[in-house]
Amino acid sequence: MDELDRAIVNALQGGFPICDEPYRETAERLGLTEAELIARLQRMLEAKTLTRFGPMFQVERMGGAFVLAALAVPEADYERVAEQVNALPEVAHNYRREHALNMWFVLATETPEGIAAAIEKIERATGLQVYAFPKLKEYFVEMKLAA
Amino acid sequence: MTESIALDADDRRLIVATQGGLPLVPRPYHALAEQLGLAAEEVMARLRRLLESGVIRRIGAVPNHYALGYTANGMSVWDVPDARIDALGEAVGRLPFVTHCYHRPRALPLWPYNLFAMVHGKSRDEVEAQVRQIAALLGAECRAHDVLYSSRILKKAGLRIGS
Repeated sequence: MDELDRAIVNALQGGFPICDEPYRETAERLGLTEAELIARLQRMLEAKTLTRFGPMFQVERMGGAFVLAALAVPEADYERVAEQVNALPEVAHNYRREHALNMWFVLATETPEGIAAAIEKIERATGLQVYAFPKLKEYFVEMKLAA
Repeated sequence: MTESIALDADDRRLIVATQGGLPLVPRPYHALAEQLGLAAEEVMARLRRLLESGVIRRIGAVPNHYALGYTANGMSVWDVPDARIDALGEAVGRLPFVTHCYHRPRALPLWPYNLFAMVHGKSRDEVEAQVRQIAALLGAECRAHDVLYSSRILKKAGLRIGS
């Protein structure tokens, strides 16, 4: 990642235009050519510096639901439970964290009812209680880390 | 809670077509239009409407935190009085290193925390300094807190809705 890549990432964390030639418009703003911008985005996606490039959706606004949940998994069962949880398509991401609640995952479903069904599936498969932490209020969600 | 927007079949097709990313070609919306059998103007108008209504939060690059050097990420969690949480949550959310900040329910007795703030740093020390800043901001309003570091990514997939 060089200085220009960093400038691109910092400038493009949002606000990509909706117009006929958005890459050209953005490239001009950054002082490079359209082809160069596209090539650099392609390369950063291939190198996994970028997870993706495009619209970021808010699933709740589509009538869906997004819930953070956790499990307290006994160490000896950890790999088995991780496999069982990850096998569900409703599990968007899953992290190990160091706490008695040591597995934290996000459930994303197309309907609010889907969350309860996914929780039930996980409880049945793992034999563990799922702790659900639905958001009651959002104070801030913005990607603002400088590259 | 969040209001949801009615989506029609073409909106859904557009979402399915773009959830993996935008085409990296000079006229990406025209490419999508061709793929979906719609007019380019219509694709752009629908995207603008989805953006205005918040179905699309923003359009741009999603960096991989780790690749940017933000290898330490901590989920800081705080027990603050429910009556004060909105003011405190807004203040914590304004800190530059906090990327997500939410009010969530407690799960007593195991989990006394109701305010969640994700912090990202280039080292564990940096994250700990950030957590101290949050603690200073909350002052006596904070009854207990903890920081849960992610020690392993078990799964990371984007949003996927079916067509």
